[in-house]
Amino acid sequence: MANIFPPEFADLEPFADWAIPTERARYAKRIASTMEELDAFYNAAFPLLESGTSYLEKVEMDTISEEDKRLLWLFCALVTVAFPVEAWRQPRVPDAGASSIDAILEPAV
Amino acid sequence: MAHFPKPDAGSWTEHLKIGTEPLSFEDSISPEFYELERDAIFRRTWLNVGRVEQLPKKGSFFTKELDAAGASLIVVRGSDGEVRAFHNVCRHRGNKLVWNDFPREETSGVCRQFTCKYHAWRYDLEGKLTFVQQEGEFFDLDKSDYGLIGIQTEVWEGFIFVNLDPENKTPLREYLGKFAAGIEGYPFDKLTQVHKYRAEIGSNWKLFIDAFAEFYHAPILHGGQYMAEERRKIQKYGYEALAYDVDGPHGMVSSWGGIAPPHDRKMVKPIEQALRSGLFGPWDAPDIGMAMEDLPSAVNPTRDPRWGMDSFVFFPNFMLLIWRPNWVLTYHYWPTSYNTHIFEGTCYFVPPKNAFQRLQQELAAVSFKEYGLQDGNTLEATQTMLESRAVTDFPLNDQEVLLRHLHHTTYQYVRDHQRRQTQTQPAS
Repeated sequence: MANIFPPEFADLEPFADWAIPTERARYAKRIASTMEELDAFYNAAFPLLESGTSYLEKVEMDTISEEDKRLLWLFCALVTVAFPVEAWRQPRVPDAGASSIDAILEPAV
Repeated sequence: MAHFPKPDAGSWTEHLKIGTEPLSFEDSISPEFYELERDAIFRRTWLNVGRVEQLPKKGSFFTKELDAAGASLIVVRGSDGEVRAFHNVCRHRGNKLVWNDFPREETSGVCRQFTCKYHAWRYDLEGKLTFVQQEGEFFDLDKSDYGLIGIQTEVWEGFIFVNLDPENKTPLREYLGKFAAGIEGYPFDKLTQVHKYRAEIGSNWKLFIDAFAEFYHAPILHGGQYMAEERRKIQKYGYEALAYDVDGPHGMVSSWGGIAPPHDRKMVKPIEQALRSGLFGPWDAPDIGMAMEDLPSAVNPTRDPRWGMDSFVFFPNFMLLIWRPNWVLTYHYWPTSYNTHIFEGTCYFVPPKNAFQRLQQELAAVSFKEYGLQDGNTLEATQTMLESRAVTDFPLNDQEVLLRHLHHTTYQYVRDHQRRQTQTQPAS
């Protein structure tokens, strides 16, 4: 069976459901998650982002593979959950109530 | 203690001769005033409706709903390559010509002609009526009399503007004035990686411009986004701009650099440290063929080495933010009633070469959204309390000078419009 992510990032396989192609859906998953779930994902993914910088710098956007696309989307999701984990300590933006700002156009990858 | 010099007059507000008295926000809570604004402003000024990259080839089009002007537009690139705008109305029985599934939602695409869903009248890309179903049933119908109604359309630096006033005599560049002239030459065409966001906001359109035209609020409202140490530091420091300026109805604020990159790495969040990016953009600026010293003269107008970004308010509802790390953010505020509007925020980056750069841009775009969510909801709280009219006069400080200018300009447009209407009414 093919890997979901490049072999260097095999430890992320349990979090493959965070490899989501759109910001809107990543944000929806964030606010539907508990802080325990966000912390677990962040704690697994953040060290691999730090150690994976040189790998990611070698992934050219023009020729990106399916495995690398999924890895990129997962790290985009890490960016989305970094705010609740590092700053808010809650999935939603504080004092944002029911308001929403939706991505209506974003890069295909 | 002042960190940056102010003009000899002692304040930006007095220097720009704007007045220092408390401000009324009656212009933001009155349904009657909003009706006047629609006529005096949104049906009469140049409005930015998009960029040329949205129309990459002949036949590319998008529709734009301008609720405040009571209009829907088709913006299209013709067979001759020219960008034109038309009222989105079929000349036969007034059906909306271009829409998909939901008549009030905007759409886009590529076509060779526009065909009305109702009776199949067809128009070419230049708006000419080319086909009438059962033409012989009509009475002396001359197709050349029934083309789409054109709207004045001009392009400045790739930004497409329309003016709904058929009587308008002011060319776009003249309207946009000295700031636009001083921005010309900035390589907007290199910033083609787009992240666009949209929100329905429960406040008057001007109140959100107010929120983005001052940074006095940033250390407080957005304090939770910073690490504790940074938060304490910036709240003590407060906020002062490098410079403010106004030109006719337009205004600008030039700001220092914030955290891109920070001097003390302890001050930033771990994700920002890992990605070398944040609200102010990726710390490593991509090449746009122009060094900071060579930027057009209206950008970083004080030529301060600590410069971080400029924010231009082009009246009425278009804001253009140029950031030091070579990216651009635009805001549009489209009123839908006196106390609601649609907000659009669009990030423009140099296309990323690799996955790491893509993530740096994602962090900048998502940071903008997190801040925007706080701003948007705070506005609803402001709107409802202004509407209570429990308080009617509000003191504004010198860092809020662009708010005064925006509200004064709005009052001025409405007054001038009312005067013109009184003059043109026949004597009884």
